[in-house]
Amino acid sequence: MVKYFLGQSVLRSSWDQVFAAFWQRYPNPYSKHVLTEDIVHREVTPDQKLLSRRLLTKTNRMPRWAERLFPANVAHSVYILEDSIVDPQNQTMTTFTWNINHARLMVVEERCVYYVNSDNSGWTEIRREAWVSSSLFGVSRAVQEFGLARFKSNVTKTMKGFEYILAKLQGEAPSKTLVETAKEAKEKAKETALAATEKAKDLANKAATKKQQQQQQFV
Amino acid sequence: MNSVGEACTDMKHEYDQRFNCWFAENFLWGDGSGNLCTDLFKHHQQCVQEAIKGKEIPIEGLEFMGHNKHKPENSS
Repeated sequence: MVKYFLGQSVLRSSWDQVFAAFWQRYPNPYSKHVLTEDIVHREVTPDQKLLSRRLLTKTNRMPRWAERLFPANVAHSVYILEDSIVDPQNQTMTTFTWNINHARLMVVEERCVYYVNSDNSGWTEIRREAWVSSSLFGVSRAVQEFGLARFKSNVTKTMKGFEYILAKLQGEAPSKTLVETAKEAKEKAKETALAATEKAKDLANKAATKKQQQQQQFV
Repeated sequence: MNSVGEACTDMKHEYDQRFNCWFAENFLWGDGSGNLCTDLFKHHQQCVQEAIKGKEIPIEGLEFMGHNKHKPENSS
């Protein structure tokens, strides 16, 4: 389950000024949480576009309840990659930014497109989308699945127990021996619980590895 | 602004200055040649890559632009 954001902003400066400023915006009074900035890859494509990958380190500011819940995450800064394509011929720039650690806790991805404002060619528009996701959702689903499966297995035991005691009270000879009936019910309950645990484990693993796989695909 | 590798910060500033000049005056106006293959850039990259390895920052094997993971609603 992903939280989606869509926003539009305008900068009252021309596209060339904005694109040049993009590389010079750190540090600024509003970027105290940004600790380091490095270009880790850069190339000009045959069709004259500039591809860059920028590595940023940012502080990991969490509310106190989150610090208590996730103490292991508190000590580590966040590493963020920002990929960008500058296309001067079309006067557009596209960026994709996401965190590459703390990913099991939360991943935030942002995609921006910078382009010339259609009403005023001296202004620049930014269309910004973001996706906030957490594999903790997968864990809570697994907990629910496990809880439901174990409950169902207990219902089976409950009903078997009822049938057993009713038969006994009504003087009916049980169709099997006491030991066999109880053993059978226990075996069935164990199988159901095992299948449920496997499913729950599988769900939790899928949720955890899905994000990793998506971020580690090779070109 | 600091580099992730403390030893690389000065090199980074020098590279940034040269890049910003080239970007604003040449690249944006159609002249995409030159600049990127300079020794300065190479040395800066080497320094940064060492720092990244040292800090075990997991930047390997990550697709550029997330390989268009989230297709825009109005694909162009």
